Parts: sequence; C-alpha cells; structure tokens
Amino acid sequence: MKVLVPVKRVVDYNVKIRVKSDQTGVDLANVKMSMNPFDEIAIEEAVRLKEAGKATEVIAVSIGPAQATETIRTALAMGADRGILVKTDETVEPINVAKILKAIVEAEKPELVILGKQAIDDDCNQTGQMLAALLGWPQGTFASKLEFDGDKLLLTREIDGGLQTLKLNMPAIVTTDLRLNEPRYASLPNIMKAKKKPIDEKSPADYGVDVKARLQVLKVTEPGQRQAGIKVESVEQLVSKLKEAGVIG
Amino acid sequence: MTTLVFAEHNNEKLNDATAKTVTAAVKMGGDVHVLVAGQGVDGAAAAAAKLDGVKKVLVADDALYAHRTAEPLAALFVGLAGSYDAIVAPATTVGKNFMPRVAALLDVAQISEITSVEAPDTFTRPIYAGNAIQTVKSTDAKKVITVRTTAFAAAASTGSAPVEKIAAGANPGLSEWVSENLTKSDRPELTSAKIIISGGRGMQSGENFHMLEKIADRLHAAVGASRAAVDAGFVPNDYQVGQTGKVVAPDLYIAVGISGAIQHLAGMKDSKVIVAINKDEEAPIFQVADYGLVADLFQAIPALDQELQKIGL
Ligand SMILES: Cc1cc2nc3c(=O)[nH]c(=O)nc-3n(C[C@H](O)[C@H](O)[C@H](O)COP(=O)(O)OP(=O)(O)OC[C@H]3O[C@@H](n4cnc5c(N)ncnc54)[C@H](O)[C@@H]3O)c2cc1C
Ligand SMILES: Cc1cc2nc3c(=O)[nH]c(=O)nc-3n(C[C@H](O)[C@H](O)[C@H](O)COP(=O)(O)OP(=O)(O)OC[C@H]3O[C@@H](n4cnc5c(N)ncnc54)[C@H](O)[C@@H]3O)c2cc1C
Repeated sequence: MKVLVPVKRVVDYNVKIRVKSDQTGVDLANVKMSMNPFDEIAIEEAVRLKEAGKATEVIAVSIGPAQATETIRTALAMGADRGILVKTDETVEPINVAKILKAIVEAEKPELVILGKQAIDDDCNQTGQMLAALLGWPQGTFASKLEFDGDKLLLTREIDGGLQTLKLNMPAIVTTDLRLNEPRYASLPNIMKAKKKPIDEKSPADYGVDVKARLQVLKVTEPGQRQAGIKVESVEQLVSKLKEAGVIG
Repeated sequence: MTTLVFAEHNNEKLNDATAKTVTAAVKMGGDVHVLVAGQGVDGAAAAAAKLDGVKKVLVADDALYAHRTAEPLAALFVGLAGSYDAIVAPATTVGKNFMPRVAALLDVAQISEITSVEAPDTFTRPIYAGNAIQTVKSTDAKKVITVRTTAFAAAASTGSAPVEKIAAGANPGLSEWVSENLTKSDRPELTSAKIIISGGRGMQSGENFHMLEKIADRLHAAVGASRAAVDAGFVPNDYQVGQTGKVVAPDLYIAVGISGAIQHLAGMKDSKVIVAINKDEEAPIFQVADYGLVADLFQAIPALDQELQKIGL
C-alpha cells in the first residue's frame, strides 16, 4: 500500500505575525517557516505504517514556491521515501490544492492519503474533505487513532462532544488531529540520507489545473486589541471586582 | 437569494450554534431555510421552526443521518443545492467535516469560519490564529460558508415557520458509524456557557481539575483546558480551547495555570472579561487579562472557592 502525504510550508507556529501596513496581507519577509505541525503528524503516521509493514512507500507532496522543497526534505528526513514538488508562486486555494492532489492520486494510486486537519496559517480546514469529495472516497477527519480491520480502516475522531469511531472503506482520506501521535525529530544521519532521496518537480499545468483564485482578498487588517487590565492583590479583591463588573453573583 | 442553513442538533435538541448561524444567514439577505437532518428529529425541527428569520424548515428524518457522517450529509446537500444561492453551516466539528465536501462537489471555494457579513458575497474571517483578519469576496455563483458562532448573537425564538419533510438522499456507502464516546456532564456546554474556567499544565493532574469543577458548579460554568492539559491526559479532548480546539467567547473566562500561548489565546480572547491566575507574573496570559492574580493556584483556587461560598454562590 502506497501512502501519500501532502505537506504544507507555513509560518512557524511560534512566530507572532504582523499585518502589512498597506493591508495587503501579512509580512512574511524573513519569517521562520516550517512544516505545518498537523502535516508532521501525518508524515509520522505514514512512516509508522511503513515501519509496521503495512505501507510500502510514503510519498510527500508539497504545492508551493521553490522553498517548499525544504518542507519535503523534512518529510524525507522523517522517513518518507520520495517527494513531489508542484511548483507555483501563486496563492493556491484549497479547492485547487485538492484538484492537483486528485491528479497526483490518479497517477500514483495510493490507497491512503493522510493530510493535516488544518494548516495553521489560513486555518481553512478544507483540503482533505475536498480531496475525498473529488475522488469519491470516504473521509476520516480529525483522527486521533487509526487501525486496520481487515480491508477496512477503523478510525477514531475528535468531535465536539468527545470521540467518534468510524469504519471506512479503502482507499480513504484521513486528516490528523493533535493526539494521533507525537512526531519524531529527524536524526542527523536521516537528514543526510534525505538529501539523496528523489524529488520530482512538476507544475499545476502538468496536472491540468488552473490555480486562479476564486476568492478575492479585499484587505487584511489587525484584530481589535484588548486593553491591558489590572493585577489584583488577593482573591477577595478579585471576587469584588468580578461582582462590580456584573459577571458573577 | 435563498440560503440553506445546516441545523446542528443531537436529534432531540437544537444546538445553540444553529440560532447563531441563522443570524449570519439573515445578514446575507434573502430567505433563510433550515435543514434538519437526523433520526427522530421532531424536537429539533420544532425548535428550528421557531427561530426568527427562518422561512421554512426542511426535515430529512432517516437512519442515514443519525450520526451526521460526512458522505451522506454532503450528498443530501448537493441534491438540494440547485434551489439555493448559499449553503451555510456552523463551524462545529460536524460542519467542518462535511461542508468542504459539499463545496468540492459543487466546485466552489468554501469560506471558512466567517466572523462578519460585509455584503452578501463579502465576509471577514480570522487567519493566523486570529492575529490577522481577512476580508474576502467570493466570485463563485454559489456560496459555501461556515460560521464562527461566537461572532453572532443567537436568533430569538418567536417565529413559526412551516416544516416540510423531504426524502433522504443517496447513501454513498463509503463509511459506517461504529461508536461514540461522549463526555457526560451536567455543566453547560463550552461553546454556549456564560462562564468558563479552564485549567492548563499548571494543574498537574486530572484529579486537581476537581477543584475547578467545584468552582464551575458554583458559577454554573463550563470547564475547559489548554492543549497541554489535554495532551497530558488530565481531561478529554473536547475540553480543548484554542486555535485548533474550540473557540469560545463567554462573559467570563478564568484561565488557571495557563501560560497564554498564541494558539490558546486564539480560542478565548474575545471573551468579555478574562481572569488569569498564574504564579509567573511574566506569563503572556496577563497581557490579555482584565484581572490578573499572580499566585500559586493551589492556594488561590481553594481561597476562591471559599470566597464564592461567602457571597452565597
Ligand atoms: C482568499 C485567500 C487568500 C490567500 N492569500 C494568500 C496570500 O496572499 N499569501 C499566501 O501565502 N497565502 C495565501 N493564501 C493561502 C493559500 O492559498 C493556502 O495555502 C490555501 O488557501 C490552503 O489553505 P489551508 O492551507 O488553510 O488549507 P487547509 O485545508 O487548512 O489544509 C489542510 C491540509 O491540506 C494540505 N495542504 C494544504 N495546502 C497544501 C499545499 N499547498 N501543499 C501541500 N499540502 C497542502 C496539508 O496536508 C494541510 O495540512 C490565501 C488563501 C485564501 C483562501
Ligand atoms: C499546531 C498546534 C496547535 C495548537 N493548538 C492549541 C489549542 O488549540 N489550544 C491550546 O491551548 N494550545 C494549543 N497549542 C499548544 C500551545 O502552543 C501551548 O503549548 C499550550 O497552550 C500550553 O498550555 P499551558 O498554557 O497549559 O502550558 P504551559 O505553557 O506549560 O503553561 C503552564 C502555566 O502554568 C503556570 N503554573 C504552573 N504551576 C502553577 C501553579 N502552581 N500556580 C499557578 N500557575 C502555575 C506556569 O507559570 C505556566 O505559565 C497548539 C500548538 C500547536 C503546535
């Protein structure tokens, strides 16, 4: 079984971003970029399936600028076998990411695609579900546990009220939640080995996908800031302040 | 223009998120219909029919929708989409799960988690964990939209829209519901509670969360947590507040032993009043707190319990 894992290059989760003063977007110059944390979890799960003898090959795909190669290298250092970079400097919306991934799935024929549940920059939480729709495959989103049951996938999901377990036909789409696993750090020898692993370079046009945006960003602005409050000296003072504010009692 | 709203419910009862989503849909203009899909949903459908601004309630009552799995729900919506200009759902885990499937089947770019309606085709939504707000305009003929419910007031319940039964859609037969393990609690739900008390890594154990539960019961509050507390197994996953958990905006949010990481703040910084109890006076949570108490929580929380009891809570 081949496993495909799409990995996105995003602003590192520790960075506090700044909105550009001309309101055209956020300032990404000289900002630390990393693999989307949910995608690290996706790669980890795929590599574990390979280590357990269930997967034969793990392919990492990224759609983005030339620098997205670094994100693919990270995936290869964690244990993926090869990479595909779909190079574009355009902003690619989830629907178009999903169309490109669909074409890759048709060419590579994986039985499982593991994506992150959301990218922490745009927080769209769409791509995996869209890919499942386009392929006519079942979707197991927000996964916290994944097991095989014969030729089916038994999947536990994080939902608003707790946990839900589904049985999915294969091939299937899975999106990762935080509790699925703890991703490994790539060791130095594996980082060296990853440099020799192959990465194919493609373009959206190779897959016949027009990445023209459907959504127009009119502006990007700063959120309203909260006013700094006060420090209270004691629990008694805290309670009396809350009573004054009318939120308790 | 006519908009179809997905009703969030647990079959018997309508979830508060539905009334808030109706408000967002009404702001887009035109008629608003609500679809209640589930099994044995008479109660939820009756409640949806009362929501102000709703012109009609559609009911698809079938075992296929008992657990609102994505594939059958998406098929149902796609079947109905021809009569609608917009499909809108709350950004609950159900909405987040099936809506992008609907969007892709209709070849539409979904707009996720809107926080305001600027025009029928223009919306704002937070990006980068709420550190930037994007204003986006859709160029698609149909709109597929999820709503961040904390940004909209609930529609009142004084209406009486007609309720119409509709046939179930196709069963794609791709997946099967097996079981659910839901957290049982008599406390209010996190996303609709007026008061929330949340604990972080500083709580040290699940046992210690009982201290917060005691306070929660005095204040009729819900109990939440940081990711660190969930990862450590102190509390179940559905307690997580934040960018990748639940977004909440209660009247009062009390953060106990939580440092205030960007990802946590993303889920609670729109609360009306924020209280932080932390022993580290440098903790970033104090930058958003209206009232900060620098103290060891193991002293402060029992003291708070006593103080609340003193004032008769
Ligand atoms: C209206 C709009 C305007 C935008 N403007 C800009 C801009 O000015 N500058 C900018 O840099 N970006 C911009 N973007 C972001 C860019 O288009 C996003 O990559 C895209 O929207 C995907 O959203 P997401 O990553 O939040 O998807 P999600 O659905 O949250 O992603 C889920 C998962 O899908 C996979 N995935 C998603 N994207 C990729 C990818 N490219 N390669 C591989 N796997 C992927 C990953 O596994 C990821 O975990 C914009 C997006 C929108 C919607
Ligand atoms: C992809 C991604 C998604 C994430 N999503 C979320 C999310 O949705 N929600 C979320 O919360 N986090 C999220 N995080 C994690 C986030 O970055 C932080 O790691 C997390 O919020 C920290 O939790 P904490 O504040 O409980 O723990 P810590 O940061 O360890 O803080 C514990 C605090 O407790 C205080 N403390 C300790 N003992 C005491 C005591 N006795 N009395 C008083 N105070 C005490 C300490 O001073 C400290 O400030 C995410 C991270 C990533 C990478």
